[in-house]
Amino acid sequence: MAEFKEISPNASAGAKLNNWFDNRFPTLFAEYRKHMSEYFAPKNFNFWYFFGSLALLVLVIQIVTGIFLTMNYKPDAAKAFESVEYIMRDVPGGWFIRYMHSTGASAFFIVVYLHMYRGLIYGSYRKPRELVWIFGCAIFLALMAEAFMGYLLPWGQMSYWGAQVIVNLFSAIPFIGPDLSLLIRGDYVVADATLNRFFAFHVIAVPLVLLGLVVAHLLALHDVGSNNPDGIEIKKGPKGNRWSPDAPADGIPFHPYYSVHDIVGVSVFLMAYFGILFFAPEMGGYFLEYNNFIPADPLVTPPHIAPVWYFTPFYSMLRATTDTMVHVLMVIIVLAVILNFIKSRSSTAKKGAIAVIGLIAIGLLAVFDAKFWGVVVMGGAVVILFFLPWLDRSPARSIRYRPGWHKTVYAVFLIWFAILMVLGIMVPGPIFSQGSLEWLTNERVALVGTLFYFGFFLLMPWWSQLGTPKPVPDRVTFKPH
Amino acid sequence: MTSWKKFVFGLALALGATLGAQASSGGGIAWDKAPGKINDNASLQDGVKIFVNYCLNCHSAAYMRFNRLKDIGLTDEQIKDNLLFTSDKVGDMMKAAIDPKQAKAWFGANPPDLTLVARSRSGAGGTGADYIYTLFRSYYRDDSTPTGWNNLAFPNIGMPHPLWQLQGERKPIYSTVESHGHETQVFSGRWEQVTPGTMTPLEYDKAVADLVNYLKWMGEPAQSKRVAIGVWVLLFLLVFTLFAWRLNAAYWKDVH
Repeated sequence: MAEFKEISPNASAGAKLNNWFDNRFPTLFAEYRKHMSEYFAPKNFNFWYFFGSLALLVLVIQIVTGIFLTMNYKPDAAKAFESVEYIMRDVPGGWFIRYMHSTGASAFFIVVYLHMYRGLIYGSYRKPRELVWIFGCAIFLALMAEAFMGYLLPWGQMSYWGAQVIVNLFSAIPFIGPDLSLLIRGDYVVADATLNRFFAFHVIAVPLVLLGLVVAHLLALHDVGSNNPDGIEIKKGPKGNRWSPDAPADGIPFHPYYSVHDIVGVSVFLMAYFGILFFAPEMGGYFLEYNNFIPADPLVTPPHIAPVWYFTPFYSMLRATTDTMVHVLMVIIVLAVILNFIKSRSSTAKKGAIAVIGLIAIGLLAVFDAKFWGVVVMGGAVVILFFLPWLDRSPARSIRYRPGWHKTVYAVFLIWFAILMVLGIMVPGPIFSQGSLEWLTNERVALVGTLFYFGFFLLMPWWSQLGTPKPVPDRVTFKPH
Repeated sequence: MTSWKKFVFGLALALGATLGAQASSGGGIAWDKAPGKINDNASLQDGVKIFVNYCLNCHSAAYMRFNRLKDIGLTDEQIKDNLLFTSDKVGDMMKAAIDPKQAKAWFGANPPDLTLVARSRSGAGGTGADYIYTLFRSYYRDDSTPTGWNNLAFPNIGMPHPLWQLQGERKPIYSTVESHGHETQVFSGRWEQVTPGTMTPLEYDKAVADLVNYLKWMGEPAQSKRVAIGVWVLLFLLVFTLFAWRLNAAYWKDVH
């Protein structure tokens, strides 16, 4: 145990109180120093570094408003829709709490997508931050589960049929699929049992996992230290700054510098958030879908079922995986094997092994239904993110010092992601209703987009090594305010 | 603009145009703009009268309490005297007068609840209010349907014209358009009055506007309050952002 510290009786009341706690709960002070006042973050953070703290803010908003919503919400197929309208109409301030939660859901994905994009362009997932990135990807996965199950709770038409479609996907998994989807639903169709278990998962199970992962994400980050737009390791640079002789010279204490900085970000974010909440809570049908103002009806299938906007890129990839996609994948595998035989300098045995693996892959593609591969593609699109630290072989961490054309690669990836998002919102079939472009269907464009999406990641070990990186400076680039 | 930025811009334009085109091809004519103002209490009060007299017989508004109408300037007494059946209480929900079983037998389906109809019927073509406003001004006589009525905004609608006594009977005027070598009949946007209603066309349009205005208000009774609070919240945040920005600058002055 640490030495019991005595304090002069003439000390101020504040100092006495501090001393009292410090003698009984020193951990509090140690942790405060470790994570706030003596956590040295690079001083060159830019706009992109707001979104981590904003994600934390939205998490708190969702938890607090969620608690208030559960006080009046009824997880019962006969009462759920009614109870949401009760909250919107009869509970004092209920509409405000509900809109905070519904707007918060979309806001969560906006800030998380931007946060992930930041990690992508500045190489924040590279050694030694692999675990920070993996925890982050797990948070994204948990967030998707949380959003999906929460979306069922209002029990509107889109809630119901969206859940029906997504849970049915699991039945495409060979052998265990039908039983698995039955286990998820608790019934043969989405029903009261489904609503109850989704409610349990949404309000306690997944939030617990999320909170644990967020803590792990932050602890791991504070162990290795933050990356920065230059992708330079400040811990490897010169030591000593105004606050500490052994802290990195380019680091500044998180508190007060970045806490004050983040308040500006929070304030600007809240303007956008409350702007939507008070003036356009439906956000043109993208945050609250029009169809969801109709109570769930198991007998009436809506003409067009689409998930909420934040899932649509992945939904698009699912829809793109038809027999055509399976055939395209087979051709790609054949070409890859042939290319390997011609170009690779490895031994014949290794080449043979790769050919056998390719053959097995083609066999599997042929054996199982395209619907199953759609599920694999959709899941794979998220899972592949976990492997990013090992896919990127670029000598430069940050986009700033990579070859110029790498920016184009990122731009193409981003554009395709946006296109997939839009395609997922649109109805399947020809994109243009008139004219001679009838062959240009939603699925065909999405197929190309899916190939680009996976190509970006799977070919990264190859393309990220190409080109000459620009010289990386020794110190971070920083312009005093 | 660099060439790839132009490309992205063009792509976005094309996609936007496509989304718009897809949305408007959902069957039925393009929607007119509903003229009502959500904080016009006189209009809302006229609207609820039409709603209770003409809609509530078959449709319910099961999430709406009668006494919420106090928000649009009615008193408990006025609600009781003018809008309630004698057996109803002012705190009751707006239930339909019709027996659901009979409704199903007569119309083939249960008339849907109308509490949220102005929200659920929104689409890329406009708001739900726009849609309903258009719907009630697009009825025409059609002997080929079971009810004898049809609608340009909702082809083969199950509901006969509930306000036909007010509007009278009308007929759409078609014009012949030639495209790609064959002629098609296209709605000209004009109507022919076949039999007069108890209201003039102008009075009728106003009545429908009031009804639609009421439906819009009923979809979210908090909406005027929401906007009013929102203005103050944003003003506060604007000032707060200013202070936060200067505070940040003051702290960062000594970082070199």
